[in-house]
Amino acid sequence: MSIRRGLLALLAQEPMYGAQLRSEFESRTGGTWPLNVGQVYTTLARLERDGLVEAAGAADAEGRINYRLTDLGRTEVQRWWAAPVDRGDTPRDELVIKLALAVTVPGVDIQRLVQTQRTATLRHLQDLTKLKRSTPDEADGRGPGDQNELAWLLVLDNLVYAAEAEIRWLDHVESRLARSLTRAPKARTGDTASSQADRSAKRVSR
Amino acid sequence: MTIRPILLLDNVSRVHGQDETAVRALDGVTLTVDAGELVAVMGPSGSGKSTLLNLAGGLDQPTTGKVIVEGADVGAMSLRDLAALRRRSLGFVFQDFNLIPSLTAAENVALPLELDGLRVSKARRIALDSLEAVGIAELADRYPEHMSGGQQQRVAIARALVGNRRLVLADEPTGALDSQTGEDVLRVLRARCDAGAGGLLVTHEARHAAWADRVVFLRDGVVVDTTGTPASAESLLDPAGAV
Repeated sequence: MSIRRGLLALLAQEPMYGAQLRSEFESRTGGTWPLNVGQVYTTLARLERDGLVEAAGAADAEGRINYRLTDLGRTEVQRWWAAPVDRGDTPRDELVIKLALAVTVPGVDIQRLVQTQRTATLRHLQDLTKLKRSTPDEADGRGPGDQNELAWLLVLDNLVYAAEAEIRWLDHVESRLARSLTRAPKARTGDTASSQADRSAKRVSR
Repeated sequence: MTIRPILLLDNVSRVHGQDETAVRALDGVTLTVDAGELVAVMGPSGSGKSTLLNLAGGLDQPTTGKVIVEGADVGAMSLRDLAALRRRSLGFVFQDFNLIPSLTAAENVALPLELDGLRVSKARRIALDSLEAVGIAELADRYPEHMSGGQQQRVAIARALVGNRRLVLADEPTGALDSQTGEDVLRVLRARCDAGAGGLLVTHEARHAAWADRVVFLRDGVVVDTTGTPASAESLLDPAGAV
């Protein structure tokens, strides 16, 4: 969905052909989400079918067709800028699934799992920070060179904050596990939920 | 190996209290900080982060193990030598800046040099160099109350590393700053380490710890994990090189 809207937003600036859309999309998002040309043309075809874009004249000598927004497409772009991005549609996150399964499947060393993941995520965070260090910023008196560099810094910041959130969540998981461990002996037995908690707490203690 | 770490904690433990009330704040921690290296320490509250920093700065003594700053055994020092070490070798950076409000930026930075017996004019010259290195030479004659939090923290970093001081111990230096200013301060700290200082940074924010070359996780006084490889692993294996 974001490719579709991303292309519409680019076309709101000026008419472009497929390969141009692809390179503009990539340079403005710091190359973090590479597109292949096939994706771009498929998306353009759907946008044309839905009446959001149209060809701005015939193909040029190299067979390239310039696309431009229709009025409907322009309205769609305005709506995108105005509306919040829908967060209801939660993407599958392998780590969350892995941890949820780890506390319910016997024989997993969850503490170790959390620790290993936190170290790996922090390394990733260090790598992202190195990329930031190599990008000019106000603090060292250089300042981002152009709008694309600023966009790249914003994308990097987003990845940094996401990695940080994951680490904070892992810290929280760890203390929640530790707490369930100390409570486990007092937990009632009988109902499935608490006996499950018992079992997972015992595994944690190993 | 001839690289001597600026800071070496060798199997350091710190126990508060005795017998059944004894609390093990640090338990067998070994850690090095080399010239040019920034090391971050992360961990929940009560994990021993502050104890570690106090030991590194000679504000507290280990129960067992050694703390070595620039080759000198802190545990074997007289109080007078310890005070001299803190004036000459290392500086602290705190969350709440801790500048002296009645002194200008340059006077704050020059203070440890003057206490060490340097002439005022010479101390000022060195202080100005240090302010220049953190990018605020033009604020030399301003008082802390006329500076932003980020600027005050830069002064604190300049003071920590003025003259021949090569070790900066930073305790949550971004805690009182907004995210952008906090990042600016980290960039300055990073740049000073890139220029040859050693830094030990205590923080609970992973985003800030990520500016370090290595991140050490403390849990209940024990190092549970480390990212990255210590630059001077070899020197630890070679006692002659380590001490």
